Amino acid sequence: MPVAVRLPTVLRPSAGGASTVQAAGATVGEVFDDLVRQHPGLRDQLLTGDGELHRHLNVFLNDDDIRYLGKLGAKVSDTDTLTLMPAVAGG
Amino acid sequence: MLELPAAVVDEVVAACLAGYPLEVCGLLAGSVTADGSSALVASSTTTPNAAASARVYTVEPVALLRADRAADDAGLTLCGVWHSHTHTDAVPSPTDVAAAPDPGWWYLLVSLRDVEPKLRAWRIRDGVVEEDAVAVR
Repeated sequence: MPVAVRLPTVLRPSAGGASTVQAAGATVGEVFDDLVRQHPGLRDQLLTGDGELHRHLNVFLNDDDIRYLGKLGAKVSDTDTLTLMPAVAGG
Repeated sequence: MLELPAAVVDEVVAACLAGYPLEVCGLLAGSVTADGSSALVASSTTTPNAAASARVYTVEPVALLRADRAADDAGLTLCGVWHSHTHTDAVPSPTDVAAAPDPGWWYLLVSLRDVEPKLRAWRIRDGVVEEDAVAVR
């Protein structure tokens, strides 16, 4: 079953302008794989060349940061929402 | 143009002074005009600086999520981020430019270098930095 993935403004052009998309998978990594299959332009904005989560991207599984849930291995179910947000930082 | 309620300006400056000598950061919620050229700020949220540094800041991720949801619930949008420069001008640093997360946002900087804090607003798009007017209402 697909889960809802909320996209920040900066990623929407790579997903046809949608603010929320559906993607299927049992883990965050699998959901990302499906997301990239649907919207190949998202690949480099989500993942590094090594397939790791991009460090400038925050990914929340419902209310929790997936860095503390197993990162891309975090389990998801069809009632979950993934929210993607760019890291907000500077100096 | 970035329109700021005087109460928001007071809140931002007070937070920056309270957090000195560390950099302090927060998020702005409001309404953006359809052409993206102006924003009317309704509220500010001071967020933890996850970097806890006098030189850099990182908005604590869960605070970012909460601020985004609160803005959404209020019919607003996150439209900018503010942070203090403790010893330099209110001008984006190379780190600010490189890390700017959203070309549609305003970047409000507060300099604490002089006795009187100074605020300036900037747009940062694809590495290009432009100052924007601030109107305090």
